[in-house]
Amino acid sequence: MSSSIESLVNREYQYGFVTDIEADTIPPGLTEDVVRLISAKKGEPVWLLDWRLKAYRRWLTMKEPHWPNVSYQPIDYQSQSYYSAPKSVTPLQSLDEVDPELLRTYEKLGIPLNEQKFLSGVAVDAIFDSVSVGTTMKKELGELGIVFCSLGEAVREHPELVRKYLGSVVPYSDNFFAALNSAVFSEGSFVYIPKGVRCPMELSTYFRINAEGTGQFERTLIVADEGSYVSYLEGCTAPKRSTSQLHAAVVELIALKDATIKYSTVQNWYAGDKDGKGGIYNFVTKRGKCAGANSKISWTQVETGSAITWKYPSVILQGDNSTGEFYSVAVVNNRQQADTGTKMIHIGRNTKSNIVSKGISAGHGQNSYRGQVKVLPKAVNARNYTQCDSMLVGNACGAHTFPYIEVGNNTATVEHEASTSKIGEDQIFYLKQRGLSAEQAVSMIVSGFCKEVFKELPMEFALEAQQLLGITLEGSVG
Amino acid sequence: MLEIKDLHATVGDKEILRGITLSVEPGSVHAVMGPNGSGKSTLAQVLAGHPAYQVTGGTVTYDGEDLLAMDPEVRAQKGIFLAFQYPVEIPGVSNAYFLRAAYNEIRKAHGDEEMDPMSFADLMDEKMKLVEMDDSMLTRSVNMGFSGGEKKRNEILQMAVLEPRLAILDETDSGLDIDALRIVANGVNTLKRPTNAVIVVTHYQRLLNYIVPDFVHVLAGGRIVRSGGKELALELEARGYDWLLEGAVA
Repeated sequence: MSSSIESLVNREYQYGFVTDIEADTIPPGLTEDVVRLISAKKGEPVWLLDWRLKAYRRWLTMKEPHWPNVSYQPIDYQSQSYYSAPKSVTPLQSLDEVDPELLRTYEKLGIPLNEQKFLSGVAVDAIFDSVSVGTTMKKELGELGIVFCSLGEAVREHPELVRKYLGSVVPYSDNFFAALNSAVFSEGSFVYIPKGVRCPMELSTYFRINAEGTGQFERTLIVADEGSYVSYLEGCTAPKRSTSQLHAAVVELIALKDATIKYSTVQNWYAGDKDGKGGIYNFVTKRGKCAGANSKISWTQVETGSAITWKYPSVILQGDNSTGEFYSVAVVNNRQQADTGTKMIHIGRNTKSNIVSKGISAGHGQNSYRGQVKVLPKAVNARNYTQCDSMLVGNACGAHTFPYIEVGNNTATVEHEASTSKIGEDQIFYLKQRGLSAEQAVSMIVSGFCKEVFKELPMEFALEAQQLLGITLEGSVG
Repeated sequence: MLEIKDLHATVGDKEILRGITLSVEPGSVHAVMGPNGSGKSTLAQVLAGHPAYQVTGGTVTYDGEDLLAMDPEVRAQKGIFLAFQYPVEIPGVSNAYFLRAAYNEIRKAHGDEEMDPMSFADLMDEKMKLVEMDDSMLTRSVNMGFSGGEKKRNEILQMAVLEPRLAILDETDSGLDIDALRIVANGVNTLKRPTNAVIVVTHYQRLLNYIVPDFVHVLAGGRIVRSGGKELALELEARGYDWLLEGAVA
């Protein structure tokens, strides 16, 4: 491809700054004592410490998985710190007490925590390294009986709920990174929507890794009780650093009878430089369980950041007539690698799943879609539709598709469609001839390609996602 | 407004334009004709700035400025419009969204404010009538699933909205039935202004019955081998191109 597609995309990562704040960071290394220390710092009950220790012991017996289609230098689990907290944050009574430096950080990220300034209609839990900086709109939500707080706070205030659901969808033994997370998870968000309540605003968690040489291991747990509805957004950024940082999160969603959970992610972790130096290793386990009849879980993700992305937001369709959805845009540029997709496990009768995956590869990026559709013998009349489209920008990138389909019931209908296309010089020239710049042209073509996914995002997020795509692809076309 | 002097251009290693000289004044309509492979479409693409073509010699000035130094989008912003021979499909991008983005980009380049969606919708209503298109064309993705005729009409719609100073129609008549041809020509004629000029690139005389040129140029072997008035087109229709080609191919 001529220079016109090679020279468009290299705007700087705009969230790469570091906040200079005094932190309480424990020394690098992972031992049973470290697990105990984390638990003690968070003042946890014995049952939770025991759970962490079981996870840690299981993790010791497990091997890091290498089946994803990505390659990276071995991770030294003993060289990083497993807990880092800004000193000024604890104890935290209200947002007024938040260190102004932290508030400025979130302002810079476009997430003002000051409630008056905040977009109405969105409640935010801001997580900075290992702790929650603050949660907005708590009072309004509390009146409806909605619990939205950091997981640490939930352990203290609602131990019965946490104990009942923590690890119920992603057990600590699930996989290597989930076990690691279960042992050392430091913070995350907790949401509980009571029976019959429709959450009146978007709930949002904003994750920020700041400290150097630390991993981030947050854990999010969302429970939607019978007949309830919630839409949840997750955003993330990290400073630019020349060494890679590990992010191994776990997200568990539980939808009871007639409940709906919509979970949207705009992932914008630092992706490393153009030669692949630094960046976040995003090794995440996300899974939802449609536990009750007629329940629905919908994942929408826009993955633009991270050096390596390894995640498969999945749905276990246990309740009869339950629905699972997965809408994904994954973009890789420069040396980024992504191996992402979903698993839809059909257990109940008349369960439905819908998968729309859009992969965009530019530069030397490698993008893999990996999806599993499994229909168990009792899942009468299960239906799945999968659409998996790849777009290539330039000649040095790659797109790969790994669909796995297992059908154990002959009443099932499973459809899989895939396509690969290339942004053409002619498309870009056509748009330029109408007055648009190369950046606008690529952004327009890519947005058009991703339209089916973007329309699933809440409005503000859709705009952000569209802009992010433009930034991520900058320099890939010229 | 447009001065082309001794223009040479190549694609790959092949020289296609071998010394074109042409002057276009405001208010005029020029037809560029010639057999296949004579360089007609190349001339159109080079004027619009397609990156696949390398200019190897000569100059082009547009309103006194060096056209060849401008990026394609700058040329567009300064009023040069190419109606493509093969309009490109852009999946997922609605025709209306695309047109408004282009329209506003050109306004911004002139220091004007962007037009809001409501006012733009009114503007579209008016322009759609000109090319006899119905509203469904606006919500469909750019050129996706359009018939050949619809694509060409869509080009003229874009021209009507963007109101270029210099419109270049690259074989807009190819593949059009007689009704579509009439619609397209009517659109072009309605948009004619004393300040604007049109270059019509075509293989056949047929379109020139509807869009009457002031000048006709015959291209062969990358050079203009004959220029004349509209009667030259009729002569070509009657006699073909061969009589002009002798000595033209070096």
